[in-house]
Order: sequence, then C-alpha cells, then structure tokens
Amino acid sequence: MTQRTLDEPAATVAAPPAAGPRSGGFARWWRDVVRNPWGKPRFLFLFTMLYMIWSLAPVAIAVLFSFNSGRSRSSLQGLSLRWYTGDPIDSVFHDPTLRGALAQSLKLSLLTTVIAVPLGVAFALGLDRWRGRGSGSSNFLMLLSFVTPEIIMGVSLFIVFTKLLSLIGLGTNAQLLGLITFEMAYPVIIVRARLLSIGKEYEEAAMDLGASSTQAVRLTLLPMLLPAIFASAMLVFADTIDDFIIARYLSAGAGTETIPIRIYDTARATVTPALNALATLMLGSTMLAVVAGFLVYRYLTKGERREGTALDSFAAQM
Amino acid sequence: MHEGAAPSAATRRRRAKARGDEGIRYPRWFWPSFSIPGTVWIVVLFLLPFYAILSVAFGTIDPIFGTAVPVWNPLHWNFASFGYVMNQTFLIGGLYRPAFIRTITYVVIAVGASLLIGYPVAYFIARYGGRYKGALLVGLIAPFWISYLMRMLAWVNLLQDDGLVNKFLLDLHLIGAPIHWLDGKPYTLVFGLIYGYIPYMILPLFAGLDRIDGSLLEASRDLGASRTRTFMHVTLPLSKQAILAGTIIVMLPMFGDYYTNDLLSKSPTTSMVGNLIDHSLNSPQVTLAAGLVVELTILLLLPMLYYLYATNREKRLRSAA
Repeated sequence: MTQRTLDEPAATVAAPPAAGPRSGGFARWWRDVVRNPWGKPRFLFLFTMLYMIWSLAPVAIAVLFSFNSGRSRSSLQGLSLRWYTGDPIDSVFHDPTLRGALAQSLKLSLLTTVIAVPLGVAFALGLDRWRGRGSGSSNFLMLLSFVTPEIIMGVSLFIVFTKLLSLIGLGTNAQLLGLITFEMAYPVIIVRARLLSIGKEYEEAAMDLGASSTQAVRLTLLPMLLPAIFASAMLVFADTIDDFIIARYLSAGAGTETIPIRIYDTARATVTPALNALATLMLGSTMLAVVAGFLVYRYLTKGERREGTALDSFAAQM
Repeated sequence: MHEGAAPSAATRRRRAKARGDEGIRYPRWFWPSFSIPGTVWIVVLFLLPFYAILSVAFGTIDPIFGTAVPVWNPLHWNFASFGYVMNQTFLIGGLYRPAFIRTITYVVIAVGASLLIGYPVAYFIARYGGRYKGALLVGLIAPFWISYLMRMLAWVNLLQDDGLVNKFLLDLHLIGAPIHWLDGKPYTLVFGLIYGYIPYMILPLFAGLDRIDGSLLEASRDLGASRTRTFMHVTLPLSKQAILAGTIIVMLPMFGDYYTNDLLSKSPTTSMVGNLIDHSLNSPQVTLAAGLVVELTILLLLPMLYYLYATNREKRLRSAA
C-alpha cells in the first residue's frame, strides 16, 4: 500500500498520452505521428502520400480506361467490357494479335517457373552445402548473372541464338532458355537465405534415424524449404510475365510476341483502350500470383514468426 | 567411385562415427550433383553468350554478304570495328558521343531526383510508419509488380495531346494550347526515367533506414543535438550504404534503357546508349551493337561488382542479426 503513493505521480503522467499505437484508428495513429518525440513530420506525411498517389494513380487511371465503353483513353464514356470481350474486332478476346500476346505471356511465365524453380532450388542446395573446388566460382557466376543489366544479357543471348545455336533460332524456345537463365537467380537467392536459418541438425537427426541422404533431403529439408520455394515460384512467375528486354530480343516476330512487347510496339500508335485492357489482364495475373504467393507463404510459415508480420517477412524475401 | 557404392547409409555412418568425423555423412558426389545442372546452365547460357559478344565485337564482317562473322579464337581477334566504336564514342564529333553524353546527363539527373524524392518517403515510412508500416510498404512494393511497360503506357495515355494532363491544364487555363509532351522533350524522358525506376531506389533506402536503431537518434537528441544536426551527423551517415546501393540499383538498368525513350519521346534528339544498341542489332551492324555492349559492360563493371559485394555483406549482416 505504501508503494501506491510512489507510483501515483508516474501513473498520472503516463495515463493521458497512453494511446499506444496498438489501439484506436487512423486518427489516433495520426495523433501519435504528430506527437512524435522527433518532431512533427506533417510535411513528410504529405510528401509520402503525394508520392504514393503519383506512383499508383496513373496505373489506376489506365486500368479504369480499359473499361471505357468509348474509344477514348482520356474521356470516360461509361463502363463496359467492350475492350476485353465485347468489341467484335478490336477487343483482346477477338483481336488475334492481342489474344496471342496474352497466351504467349502466360505460356512463357508458366514454363519458366516450372523449369527455373527446381533448377534454382537444387542449385541453392548445392551451393549452400558443397564447399569444394569450383563452388566459389559457380556462386560468383550466379550472382553476376543476377546483377548484369538485362540489355547486356539480352543482346548476348540474341547473338548466341542467331550466330551460334542457330539450330534453336529465335522464338519460344530461345525466349524460354533466356528467361530461365535470367530468373534462376531468384529461387537460388531466396532458398539460400532460408537455408541459412535452418542448419544441418534436422538432416542429421533424420539420418541418425536411418534415412538415406536423399531421404534426408526429401523428408526434412524440402518441407522446411517449401515456403521459400513457393514464394520464389510466384516471384518468378510475376517477374517473367512482366519481362520485356529478353522476351523481345529472343522473339521471332508476330507469333511469339508477349504483352510488354505488344505495348512497346503499339503504345504510341494505338487508338483504342484494348491495349489498356491487355495490360490490365497482365497486371491482374501478376497480382494474382503475388497475392496467392503471399497467402500460401503466410499459411506455410504459420507459427514460426517471432517478430513482424507475414507481410514483412514476405517482403523481405524480395 | 567404388567406395561410395556398396555399404548402406547406416554402415557408412557407423564407420564415420568410428573415424570421429560425424559431420561427413553425405557421399562426396551428393551435394556437387545438386549444383551441376545450374552451373552448366549458367556457363552455357550466361558465360558463353558473353564470350559470343566478345567474338562478334572483335570479329570481322563478311565482305560479300555484309554479315557479322564471329571470331572464336582470341588470338585472331580483330579490333578494327571495336576501335571504330571507341572512336565514335570518345572523339569530338563522334557519332555515338552525343548519345553517351546525353545518357550520362539524364541518368545523373534522374538518379539525383529519385534520391531527393525517395529519401524523404523512405525516411517517413521507416521512422513514422508505425502500425501502418506494412500497408505503406505494400504501396512501395506495388510498382515492382506492375510491368514497367504498363507504367509507361499509363503515362503515354496521360500525356498524349488529348490526354488528361493537357485537359486538366487547359481547364485551369494554365496553358492556351495542348503541350506536345511526347515528341522529343528531354524533360518528359527524364520524368519517365524517374517514375520508372524510383521504386527500386526507395526499397533499399527504406531497408537501410529501417535498420537504424531509434535509440541512437534519441541519444543524439538527449545529448543536445538539434533535429538537423541529428539527421546530418547520425541518420545520414548511417544510411550512406543504402544510398549507394539504391543509386547503383537504378543506375544499372537506366544505362541500358531504350524503351522509355521510344515510348515517351520517340525522337533521335533524346536517344540514349540503349537506343544505339537497339538500332544497330540488325544484321550488318550487329558487330557495332556488340562493341557498344562491351563498352557498356566495361563502364558498368565497377558498379556491378560493388553491388555484388554489397549484397553479400547485406546477407552476412542479416544472418548475423
């Protein structure tokens, strides 16, 4: 009871501003921001919001105009699906070049993901556990391919497929080979980051219990790597569908054009919002992949996060 | 190879235990065989193609067909066309010189502006994001998942002669006639570069600023430093690495960019090095394209290696934490 008097002043001081960031809505958060001991970052707040609008609004407007019922890309004449399916000539669904670009983009992204991810995961395991001669240079090459500007890689692959491996030639196969090379580094980097936190105890335990080396990898390592594998698969898919330089240099003209190539070729000449509709479909596929990736990642890592949210650790994977 | 085949895993382990080296439990070939497919892939489709570029850049041109003939043997390399590329780049009046000067100017301005815009945004989210940090982070990452080409298409829509920007300015009577933003205005191009690459600048800045321990700033304030002083002497020095990393990350693709120019300007008066490369990829000139790529690689090699070094250090920091 004597302690009560000692505590009293502190309590009264602490009580009114006790509005921790955990309770209350936006207004309260805003008050916290204003009360911040490091100053009143009203300007910074405004600046950040303006940045977000500047960064995202143009794309939102482009998406909005893809639903325009008129031909204009600057005045809205009602909303419709005309440029997706409705228009019998110019819509994405009916124009063979647009439909072809959508199909080629999806095909390349799916195949690239299916091949690049297993290749990259195996590569990551090998690089992480094998410290023999050659592993250093192998690792260096992989990282170098990751930081090499895409145009350098694109032009060099173009030369290879036109001068050296002319048997393969330009087209879907070349695009696929190029994209896998470019994307393989993502699973390698993401899986290796996860391997760092896993350690060797689990495999050793499995082998003590009689598992062979292959079983140890399949039954202990792979399940623990699953979130990283899944996250990297979604990343590779989303990144491939947006890829422009490599897909363009290795394409063999009309039949192998992807959506970004279509945008590049016709953005300045096009007269209808059908191109916006095509771009929106691409955006939709990317977002679907990323959101699905995030949800599955959250599900798979349930219960193992000590700090931060799933969003933070998913973002850290990038 | 006869030693790995016969005994069972358990026997091998027992033997290893007897030898006292419990750590070695995998056959020697086990882990290397995981890296072999990836290594072969990267040698064939990354290293070899780069060698192919050198062979074309230092190759010859068929006198009859005018096509590029790669020379695979380095002892027979011919530096005539690469010398031509170098001369056109560095000599006054050279064909490629204006594009190189333009590229460097645009990149310097665009990187500087990205830093000036990006730093306050990253700083605000790292320091004051609070419970909305996650949501704000989504806003920062979103542009990563929107194709660069689509983001440029969005601006083509907005900036065309009858686009919303001109409409808006006309409605406000700020201009009397539509401005032709898209016909070779250098500022439109630089604006496009900033818009296109700034997300790649902000994310490393945010990561760097977010890692700064808040108690250091408190300590600085407690010891009597003003806000400005704290920023100049604590925050800024601590974010130096992040600034450098962000600068390099946006600089590398900007130097090879040609599509921003093709979409937002389409005029030779603003063409960049990337445009030179892209234009000379057609058959007879591919030697020149290869030469330009070699030049660009030499120019960017140092930043590339620094980026590698920095990401490696980052990983060590992360795994230590």
